[in-house]
Amino acid sequence: MSENIATGTPVRPSAVVLAGRFIHRNVLYVYLLFAILYLMLPVAVMALFSFNDPPGKSNVTWHGFSLDAWLNPFGVPDLFEVVRTSVGVAFISTMVATALGTLVALALVRYRFRGSGATNTLIFLPMATPEIVMGASLLTLFVAIGEPPFFPTNFVTIVIAHIMFNISYVVVTVRARLYGFDRHLEEAAMDLGANEWTTFWKVTFPIILPGILAAALLAFSLSIDDYVITSFTAGRTTTFPIFIWGAARVGVPVQVNVIGTAFFLIAVGFVAITTFLQGRANRPAPPPKMKEGATMPASERTLAPTEA
Amino acid sequence: MNVRKRLIGLTPYLLLAPGLLWLLIFFVYPSIQMFISSFWSGTLETGFAVSLDNWTTYTRAIDRYQPQFLRSLVYGGAATIICFLIAYPLAYTIAFRGGRYKNLLLFLVIAPFFTSFLLRTQSWKIILGDDGILFGPLKDFGLLPPEFRVLATPAAVIAGIAYNFLPFMTLPIYVSLEKIDGRLVEAAKDLYAGPWRPGGTVAGAVVGALIGGALGAALSYDIVVLAGLGLLVGILVGTFFISQSFLRVVLPLSLPGIFAGSLLTFIPAMGDFVNAEILGNTQTRMIGNVIQSRFLENNDYPTAAALSFILMAAILAMVALYARVLGTEELTSAR
Repeated sequence: MSENIATGTPVRPSAVVLAGRFIHRNVLYVYLLFAILYLMLPVAVMALFSFNDPPGKSNVTWHGFSLDAWLNPFGVPDLFEVVRTSVGVAFISTMVATALGTLVALALVRYRFRGSGATNTLIFLPMATPEIVMGASLLTLFVAIGEPPFFPTNFVTIVIAHIMFNISYVVVTVRARLYGFDRHLEEAAMDLGANEWTTFWKVTFPIILPGILAAALLAFSLSIDDYVITSFTAGRTTTFPIFIWGAARVGVPVQVNVIGTAFFLIAVGFVAITTFLQGRANRPAPPPKMKEGATMPASERTLAPTEA
Repeated sequence: MNVRKRLIGLTPYLLLAPGLLWLLIFFVYPSIQMFISSFWSGTLETGFAVSLDNWTTYTRAIDRYQPQFLRSLVYGGAATIICFLIAYPLAYTIAFRGGRYKNLLLFLVIAPFFTSFLLRTQSWKIILGDDGILFGPLKDFGLLPPEFRVLATPAAVIAGIAYNFLPFMTLPIYVSLEKIDGRLVEAAKDLYAGPWRPGGTVAGAVVGALIGGALGAALSYDIVVLAGLGLLVGILVGTFFISQSFLRVVLPLSLPGIFAGSLLTFIPAMGDFVNAEILGNTQTRMIGNVIQSRFLENNDYPTAAALSFILMAAILAMVALYARVLGTEELTSAR
């Protein structure tokens, strides 16, 4: 009887009720297991098919185990240049977007100023706009300009586009870190005679650095994986996703799976290492002692990079 | 001294300037340019001329590409519902039962999305293949008829979209659930919130049947079968898992997350063309496919710009309506 359970009166439940309760308690864990398997399935298939040995170009059915592609990952014409282009675009756009986005985040969190609401909206909009619309509208801009370096579209226009869509993600990630920032540390530095410049580089910057690194990591992975916007701004330049798209029609070479798997492992490794280091850096610090009656501000929660 | 003060007042604007200028020039202005371009006539070779008379581009575009617009709406909506059904229990389990493994579990949920979008979709093509690793064995054992197929049907496209945009639903819901103070649930239980019966059974049945029917319609499968299936699952979930404390405490407090998550899923889902291209066929082309081919293959910039503009306007209108119905302003502040 549920009433008895609610009021806490002890009753001896029947076997059926016990079984029901057991299922009730564990069904969510079973669900979690299946959900994670479902999420991991495509990654596993991608990794598995990087060891495939297909006779022709098409790599969609299993033929046999082979290490050939792993031993010769750039054994497909143009693949090395394509990956190099992608890494170049990702590197440049990450550097610029991280710098610009961090400044915006600093302004938004540290200052009260007119227009902060509009700024927030402007930061949010690119994340809520379909990629195809962003890519298409950029292309119309470049076509309307109609002159180099914007048209015909090329490496430069890809970088411009990637910086554009990365800024918002950087702002959001760095801002999350800044909210958990104790302003007293800066005030203490100033009291001890440091000027604003020194305070920023010796106090503020080291503290928000993990947030900036997380943002850069996110920007890099978004950039290196972007197909939709890049397809509109690439022209004759080929990035790794554009190469895959072109290859998908005739059959994706096994080497593409090798590079995809390698990218995945590198990204996961990076996140694991930064999380581990951050965890170690955070652990030794004892929880701040509070005066009686003082409450912990909600902004004290710090976000792990994966949550941002 | 006065100059110094004024300079300090300027600091936030100086910090903002480079980033915001970049967004104004390469995000805001292109949208305006796209609108102008939709009134172009001419070709790339001869040059373009703007004329208001070219408003007919819009009527022609709507006329010709109505099915693709409708398909984007239906596929995007169905994928959003599926995402929600998968993501909510997932986020709930991690937030409330994750314990000290919360961050690890969250990482496991996000990690797959560090692989390339296109390769993930390509993997689904392998998995869902007619004689692929999923259906091949089932057909060999006679559990499925040999002509059964998912690839190159709406179901494959919707499944691909739902998979690829799942984190956009999971993360906002997780964030809103994670913020909930567990003591509120305890307080509700102290105040006699128990199982929700028979309300949960009835509500589960109705919601389950509705969702099943809607998905059946979207997938162009048998509506009655899917509605029946939804009814069954709904009754089970509603009877055994929806308690009053969930209904009255947890669910309302997670609404901002649901709101943000469904928008962040639906918007890119509607504009997607990658899944339709890789997993679908010519009968599953969405409006994104049309925009892309008009732009990049036909160089038909005016029509493509008009279509993009209609897509954006339609999405904005739906978002505004949705925000009004749900009456929440959490969207832009959700972080």
